[in-house]
Amino acid sequence: MSDDPIVQMTGIRKDFTGVRALDGVDFTLRPGEIHAVMGENGAGKSTLIKVLTGVHTPDAGDILLDGKPVRFHSPGAAQAAGISTVYQEVNLTDNLSVAENLFAGREPRLGPFINFRAMRRKAKALLDDIGIDLNVAAPLSSYSIAMQQLVAISRAVDIEAKVLILDEPTSSLDRDEVEVLLGVMRRLAEKGTAMVFISHFLDQVYEICDRMTVLRNGTLVGEWATADLPQNELIGHMLGREAAALEQIERAAAAHHVADEEPLVKAQGLGRKGSIAPYDLDVRRGEVVGLAGLLGSGRTETVRLIAGADRADSGSLTFDGQSARGHNPRTAAARGIAFCPENRKTEGLVGDLTVAENMILALQASRGWARSIPVARRDKLVASFIEKLDIRPANPDMPVKNLSGGNQQKVLLARWMLIQPKLLILDEPTRGIDVGAKADIQRLVAELSAEGMAVLFVSAELDEVTRLSDRIAVLRDRELVAVLESEADMTTERIVDTIVSGGRAS
Amino acid sequence: MTTQTLTERPSRSTLFDGLTRYIPIGATVALLIALYVGGVANYDNFDSPQVVAKLFIDNAPLLVIAIGMTFVILSGGIDLSVGSVMAFSTMACAWLTVDAGIAAPLALVIVLAFGTGWGLLIGAVIHYFNVQPFIATLVGLFLFRGLTLQVSDTDVSMREVEFWQWGMTHVDFFGKVKDGGFWLPYLSFVAFAVVIIAFVVLHYTRFGRSTYAVGGSEQSALLMGLPVARTKIGVYAISGFCAALAGILAAFATKSANPLANVGAELDAIAAVVIGGTLLTGGAGFVLGTLAGVMVWGMLNTLIAFQGNLSSWWARIVMGILLLAFILLQRVLARSGEKRRT
Amino acid sequence: MNAYAKRLMWPVLILVALIAVNIITTGIDFIVPSVNDDRLGGAFVNILRRSAPLLLIALGMTLVIATKGIDLSVGAVYAIGAAIACQMIIDSSDQTAAGLVFSAIAIALVVTAVIGAWNGVMVAYFGIQPIVATLILMIAGRGIAQLITGGQIPKVQDASPFTELGRGAFLTVPIPIWIAALVLVALALLTRRTALGMLLESVGGNPEASRLAGIRSKGITVLVYLVCGLCAGLAGLIGAANLGSADANNGGQWIELDAILAVVIGGTALLGGRFFLLGTTIGVVIIGTLEDTIINVGLSSQWQFTAKAIVVFVVALLQSPEFRGWFLKPFKRKPAAPATAPAEEAVAK
Repeated sequence: MSDDPIVQMTGIRKDFTGVRALDGVDFTLRPGEIHAVMGENGAGKSTLIKVLTGVHTPDAGDILLDGKPVRFHSPGAAQAAGISTVYQEVNLTDNLSVAENLFAGREPRLGPFINFRAMRRKAKALLDDIGIDLNVAAPLSSYSIAMQQLVAISRAVDIEAKVLILDEPTSSLDRDEVEVLLGVMRRLAEKGTAMVFISHFLDQVYEICDRMTVLRNGTLVGEWATADLPQNELIGHMLGREAAALEQIERAAAAHHVADEEPLVKAQGLGRKGSIAPYDLDVRRGEVVGLAGLLGSGRTETVRLIAGADRADSGSLTFDGQSARGHNPRTAAARGIAFCPENRKTEGLVGDLTVAENMILALQASRGWARSIPVARRDKLVASFIEKLDIRPANPDMPVKNLSGGNQQKVLLARWMLIQPKLLILDEPTRGIDVGAKADIQRLVAELSAEGMAVLFVSAELDEVTRLSDRIAVLRDRELVAVLESEADMTTERIVDTIVSGGRAS
Repeated sequence: MTTQTLTERPSRSTLFDGLTRYIPIGATVALLIALYVGGVANYDNFDSPQVVAKLFIDNAPLLVIAIGMTFVILSGGIDLSVGSVMAFSTMACAWLTVDAGIAAPLALVIVLAFGTGWGLLIGAVIHYFNVQPFIATLVGLFLFRGLTLQVSDTDVSMREVEFWQWGMTHVDFFGKVKDGGFWLPYLSFVAFAVVIIAFVVLHYTRFGRSTYAVGGSEQSALLMGLPVARTKIGVYAISGFCAALAGILAAFATKSANPLANVGAELDAIAAVVIGGTLLTGGAGFVLGTLAGVMVWGMLNTLIAFQGNLSSWWARIVMGILLLAFILLQRVLARSGEKRRT
Repeated sequence: MNAYAKRLMWPVLILVALIAVNIITTGIDFIVPSVNDDRLGGAFVNILRRSAPLLLIALGMTLVIATKGIDLSVGAVYAIGAAIACQMIIDSSDQTAAGLVFSAIAIALVVTAVIGAWNGVMVAYFGIQPIVATLILMIAGRGIAQLITGGQIPKVQDASPFTELGRGAFLTVPIPIWIAALVLVALALLTRRTALGMLLESVGGNPEASRLAGIRSKGITVLVYLVCGLCAGLAGLIGAANLGSADANNGGQWIELDAILAVVIGGTALLGGRFFLLGTTIGVVIIGTLEDTIINVGLSSQWQFTAKAIVVFVVALLQSPEFRGWFLKPFKRKPAAPATAPAEEAVAK
């Protein structure tokens, strides 16, 4: 790769209302190379890509394309300059035909009119070339999501792109389809197209990529040639080690005293097509079960089935000795299952409502609208939880959207502790919050389990999972591959090994 | 390098798909035929070709605003201002030619330019300031009704101006009505021309296909690099133009301007568009479906007129029931499509 | 409560300004109630009396909008409620019988509540967008009202106690004002003394978070549309009683648009979430006062449409963050600072 870089980004910074998504990130892309951008949720991958493709404008930093400084203000402008993108969500319009989607905005014309015959012919030729056989006149919506994704890729390929960005393009593809895609990528690389590849499938990354750039928490960790970076080192770089010395949370070996008791949660063959393969998982009272795995490995999907947030289409779930049929969030709450979702803002809190209102929401929902919680009781409950969880500012009447991430997370926790659940499901409760709040939440989890509550704990940070969990379920590629039980297995190294080997070696 | 070829046959059936796509419009056409056959079977003279021709005389202005509305709804928006813009345009025609004494062709140009300009303005407000189309066009509904009333709160006659005779000048086809022929006035041909131009624009130009794409998913259209701003503003400009043109056709038809004319015309137009098989959420539909929807509306009114003892409100009620049926049908089709998704 | 006061500040200021204009043009009598025949009168009391139907509808609309919905059918439901009551009364031999009047009112209210619930079922259970679901009755509703009245305009005898609903007074205060005030208080208690208000705001503010918190949003949605239909029916009764007749075509014309306007002026966002019944009330009085103001400053009554259009336009633009960003740009110190988001926050604070 002696060529000059085609894209050179230096010192890129991007802020979103108070949150720094990217901080001084550099990124270099050379012609004909396939370059992976790696990182966990919130590492800044998407933001970096969106800055390059003109969706976001950077707050600081320079972008050189072919050595010339550029700044794109719309995806259209980036496309015109030769940067073409395929997103994880199929960004085509499925009400139009396959051919129209391939050529939208650049249809072959006769005078002012679209030449549909020529367009279908060109579409057919393009898809033949890539290795897909479709009826190009049929509406895109009549094909599977996977095929739609391949059409999106074909569109991007056909636009004379110097740079092709593939943002999680394979997450909905099966093995054959992935092979077709990787084949197309290799051919394009030979022709000199530079590609940015984002994927949480490590096999694919190692199979196809020449180089990797790793991001963590909006900063650059480094750039390596693929050959120089073994998988376990890569995972170490992505997940990182907690830099600040969090105080050690003392965990009593709670799990073992109830080992032979009937488990509180018993999932057997529970699964949902296209989201998580059928799995077995037990959770006992007083036990913390951690879920570890990379982004997209199915951590969230696993717990959402138990929480009733998504409907399972196979297997059975038994909770507290009873079969949980027709499971939905309301019945789950009534059974004593509390679920703090991964995305606080869109799925957890109602931003315009106050701290107090957000706290009592689940309790109130369980009582129905007519039986309001008496004001005095409500104020007392809210005040006690504000104090107990050290929520700041300690103002129950403040709109919750004005709180910091850590305090928002505590409000969400308080909401569920108010209904005194038997099982608490926490999906990435410590993501994007400050160290102090993180320690508070970890301590709380330890306390609650000591009091007998069962906890399902999802986290991207392996240190945190190993420190808190009695057992750890490891996921990879939307499959639960192993449950680590023994004390000796509770190390980050063992988890990384299990992820890399897919649970097979052990 | 792979030699493998992946094949998939179009399988899932959604609202946009092959045959499923034509179910709503097929239902509309079937209904239209049933209404006509029912009329022929029950009433004398219903089989006269002039009965059908009359649909395109009475409903020419409605057809034109419904065509404009089709563009807006396909793009995912709505335009509540068309009834008032239409009334204002008729009034402006009267004022310009009768009171101000401006040459009629110039008046037409002024009115059409006004309608288009209004559409451009409100389209820009909707796109750039992200104001909901419902609210933004509500401004037009109030504004132009008020301005119309300010120009005159009573009827203004245009009979004195010779130019306004042109619209109802008619052409005979296959002889006189009594000989089994029919006649159509010039203004009907204007409406036909609008239908044909709209059909070509929507189906055979980039602007037309962008309209569908924006209605399918504005976000995707933007990421595909389509000119979203131009498209969104364009559809409101077209709707404004059509409303002004409909006002001119109404001036031709009645040779007078009534300040309270066309109240609720926007609702008739929306109903006709939806019954014509266009999805109110945008992205799917046909111009010819709108034509069929307007004909259903006209046919209902014709039947009521032939029956003699029924009142005109029945047309409104039947239209509401049809609207309900079509919305539920679209919902069912959309759900069955979603279910088949994996 | 501080945030609440802030929301109400603009509507109150506008209302005060309008009242001031009227006092300047017509004298202090505009605001001071007079007492003739043991009943309150005067320009402002008349505005309140005339605004009562609109207030009822706007209150129902406020709750619907709080759930991220909208009800376009209220004008048609107004006409249906009026038609049922008036037709029942003129069909009977003795229009002055109290029992008849009560049953006519009761039936009209039950029917309009059912219509409202129907809208709610379409939205909550069939998953149809509110604007589409209520459009059906907006189009067909006046036809149904005409069907009930047989296309005539039923005129109730002035002697019928029904007209008291619109023209009468109780303890010197006109009955429409009593009804509107009672409904305002009742809805305020219903939403703020129970948890209904909070759950409504939760469903409108974040439907997915509400679902995951276990809220039964479907039942709540139906209830809200039912209340909205009931309010519209009651408004129709007052309107018809005031006129002594039910005009299926023109009764309550554009009242749905006025109601939406009042809700928006009152600070409730069309996107759902926080709602303000008191703000809506002020919005309604602003609209009513605006109509008088136009005449008092010497403009023809035709100007009221234009004035309303301007109000809608200004309010819509002020609620648009994009417009505020664009409009305020020239006032910002930093020339072409790329960080627009933080700057906007600073302006907001």
